[in-house]
Amino acid sequence: MNTIKLSINGKEVEVAEGATVLDAAKALGIEIPTLCHHPSLKPSGQCRVCAVEIEGQRGLPEACATPAVDGMVVMTATDRVMEFRREVLSGILAEHPRECPGCDSNQNCELQNLIEGLGIDRPYVAPTVKEKEVLADNPFFRRDYNLCIKCGRCVRMCHEFRGASVVVMKEVEGIQEVGTPLDLPLPEAGCQFCAACVDVCPVGALALLPREFEAEAQEIGSSLPGNQARFLKDFYRGGARKEIVKSICPYCGVGCQMIFEKQDGRIVQVLPDPEGPANLGQACVKGRFGIAEFVQHPGRLTKPLIRENGEFRDAEWDEALDLVAEKLKGYKPEEIGVVASAKVTNEENYVIMKLTRGLLRTNSIDHCARL
Amino acid sequence: MTNSIADIQEAKSLLVIGSNTSATHPVIATRVRRAVMDGARLVVANPIEIPITKYATLHLRQTPGSDIALLMGLCRVLLDEGIYDKEYVEARCENFDEFKESLKEYDLDFVEKHTGVPAEKVVEAARVLAANRPGALLYAMGITQHTHGTDNVMATANLQMLLGNVGKAGGGVNPLRGQNNVQGACDMGALPNVFTGYQPVTDENVRKKFAAAWDVDEDMPGEIGLTIPKMFQGMADGSLKAMYLVGENPMLSDPDIKHVEENLKKLEFLVVQDIFPTESTPYAHVILPAAASMEKEGTFTNTERRVQKLNKVLEPAGESKPDWWITAEIAKRMGGTTFDYESADDILKEINKLTPSYTGITPERLAGGDAPQWPCPEEGHPGTPILHTAQFARGKGFLVPISYKGPAEMPDEEYPLVLTTTRSLFHYHTGTMTRKSDGLNTIHPENVVLMHPNTAQELELQDGEMVKVSSRRGHIDIKLAVSPTIGEGVVAMNFHFAEAPANMLTNPVLDPVSSIPEYKACAVRVEKAA
Ligand code: SF4
Ligand code: SF4
Ligand code: SF4
Ligand code: FES
Repeated sequence: MNTIKLSINGKEVEVAEGATVLDAAKALGIEIPTLCHHPSLKPSGQCRVCAVEIEGQRGLPEACATPAVDGMVVMTATDRVMEFRREVLSGILAEHPRECPGCDSNQNCELQNLIEGLGIDRPYVAPTVKEKEVLADNPFFRRDYNLCIKCGRCVRMCHEFRGASVVVMKEVEGIQEVGTPLDLPLPEAGCQFCAACVDVCPVGALALLPREFEAEAQEIGSSLPGNQARFLKDFYRGGARKEIVKSICPYCGVGCQMIFEKQDGRIVQVLPDPEGPANLGQACVKGRFGIAEFVQHPGRLTKPLIRENGEFRDAEWDEALDLVAEKLKGYKPEEIGVVASAKVTNEENYVIMKLTRGLLRTNSIDHCARL
Repeated sequence: MTNSIADIQEAKSLLVIGSNTSATHPVIATRVRRAVMDGARLVVANPIEIPITKYATLHLRQTPGSDIALLMGLCRVLLDEGIYDKEYVEARCENFDEFKESLKEYDLDFVEKHTGVPAEKVVEAARVLAANRPGALLYAMGITQHTHGTDNVMATANLQMLLGNVGKAGGGVNPLRGQNNVQGACDMGALPNVFTGYQPVTDENVRKKFAAAWDVDEDMPGEIGLTIPKMFQGMADGSLKAMYLVGENPMLSDPDIKHVEENLKKLEFLVVQDIFPTESTPYAHVILPAAASMEKEGTFTNTERRVQKLNKVLEPAGESKPDWWITAEIAKRMGGTTFDYESADDILKEINKLTPSYTGITPERLAGGDAPQWPCPEEGHPGTPILHTAQFARGKGFLVPISYKGPAEMPDEEYPLVLTTTRSLFHYHTGTMTRKSDGLNTIHPENVVLMHPNTAQELELQDGEMVKVSSRRGHIDIKLAVSPTIGEGVVAMNFHFAEAPANMLTNPVLDPVSSIPEYKACAVRVEKAA
């Protein structure tokens, strides 16, 4: 592959063909702020926060969408660039309600990071607060487009990755908006509820519905005036001691690696792991929203049961295991069938197979691969 | 899969047949989507206009059960037009002449008549696939769940060999496995004919090797055992008397539920080991509570042959125990001397020793964050993302002549429609897990039967009304959903719902080789519910 040499802030760098100015800067460890850009999505050049100066080019091109070219001379932090970025950011903030405490993304928000990074040190125009209805049309996440900064990440994710194109950019009375065509509720718009859009939203516009432990705060909060309720919610979230374990989704053959967030011994959130070799940060509704409830369901079998006179009664493990072993010993190999499972682990299938062939002395073992 | 999930993105064309990928393998659908975004051409062959057809170049809507005609028809066009990969076929395949002879049957009239796909579309599809190589073929249960499923699978391989698409990045014959560890269960020998790593039970040396490692008598049986459907036949005639059933719910997943129920009742001794009570547990004599996946350690092997480590997220519910522990305890009580495992890792080490394709997939390596794809024949081996790169397992690829077979049960006057079973994005298999989720049930609360508007009009049925669907085996009441996404004369329903169980209707007739029942095509009648 051909390589390209360019200079950024006076430093030389070599990158592969196809790399952007942003990639080249990253290779040098030079940070360029971004907002609409997301590493898994195609560049869109929408927000212009990543503007840079390039010798011989007029205007300030977007680093995320400009291909690196041999001999290019780039400056990423000139006064002109910084001033421009602040202007862009002020424009965004003019439309973004600053009600950070209580926002689902407080402390975990790319817009906040940007403000900090660029040091907006002058008063900006207070946002014209438009009260749009918060949309909670499904059991998994809600959309609050009052907070939307129109970066288009959710739109690109839904279109480029999921092929669903459920959320789109549209013009309403001359203003750009994000939403479903005809404002259809998500279930009617063909949404897959993968929540991949939620994962890439840089702000709190898209957020998973409150987890068990936050619901409590929400309930107390509902009796308090706005600001206090928001602070209370933040307090709860800050106090939550989260524990994280990575494991594999037990549903389909893709084998998505998921991040399980636990609290007080219960799963509170399940997120796709960007490092999962099979799923690379993607997942589906079953893995994200369908695991915690079944594993922690009150209807689970929790004690060995033995049927006597047509009724099941609780038994101790020893009694149940002895009975099974005793009974199985009483049959000829050709009278026994064993059904292993496509849901249990390799190790478990192996042990079942070993018992069947080694001790029950039959090859009548199968599982539902075919069904 | 011969190839990897990530590898799908390298494809220049994709043929997705018998798989509603965005519902059953949503994350694989994202790779298909990415490939299309990068310019790959997508051909979808499915009786239903599934969501991914939205971004397909072509949708071939074949009648359920006519896949052989379609696939062999595509092969025939490739030969007739001289656009197959001649060099590849010459260098890597054999039996070309006989194969070519067998294609005589599949002229375009024949193909159109059986599949219902217009001839020009078949020709166009063949041209698209030939012009955009390498191309990946993906298939799922829509190919295997037929009385001639084995032939279907061979037909997919024929097509990919003719196109020179096997053994290359962006190519391959890629069955998408349904349940999370179907691949692993097969790899571990939970099959009537093989030990781990597909070592045949009929091979005496293999049997001796396992007997020695397990410290049991050498004369383990060498004849192939019973498949699940055969076990049920054995129950029916009284020859099979006891069953150890782990993590399965045959009441919903087997074809012809009524007969399953009668047979389970006949067993003298049934042990069910599961995480929930299911429709089958009432017939058990002993029920053993198992820990769920999230409550134990071990490994799963995904559809791309990747062995991944399962970590314990929660403590087991109540007194439930990991399945490996339960089975080992039974074995010890039956006199097993080599079942003293302290952990799942101990078992994996034993698997490493006895299974050439898993030798390099050690607990240490997995603990280090690696997740290799088998075959991984020694420690330090990188694993095998693409199979058959230099040659096929048997040397040369065998082009298989296949004569046409349609569904075992064709529509007739009494049962004039074809029923095919489908899966939903929001539910999984028999619903034991997903039907416990409020969220998933809210989004997809009930089963419906899908029907084309013209068919509904002919039968004077309205969208949303309750209808009675009957087959030769039974009948169910279910809500009607009228939609042009399905072809005329065909109806479809999910099989996840106990209250409207599709498998009350399906035909339990089996593929003679694989023993897979024909879930994807049977004859039914639909009328107003009483
Ligand atoms: S949840 Fe998935 S399908 Fe639904 S809008 Fe978001 S990205 Fe699109
Ligand atoms: S909802 Fe979020 S991701 Fe979508 S455009 Fe608005 S800010 Fe961006
Ligand atoms: S998250 Fe969805 S796609 Fe991934 S393994 Fe689970 S069920 Fe399959
Ligand atoms: S990050 Fe580059 S234009 Fe938005």
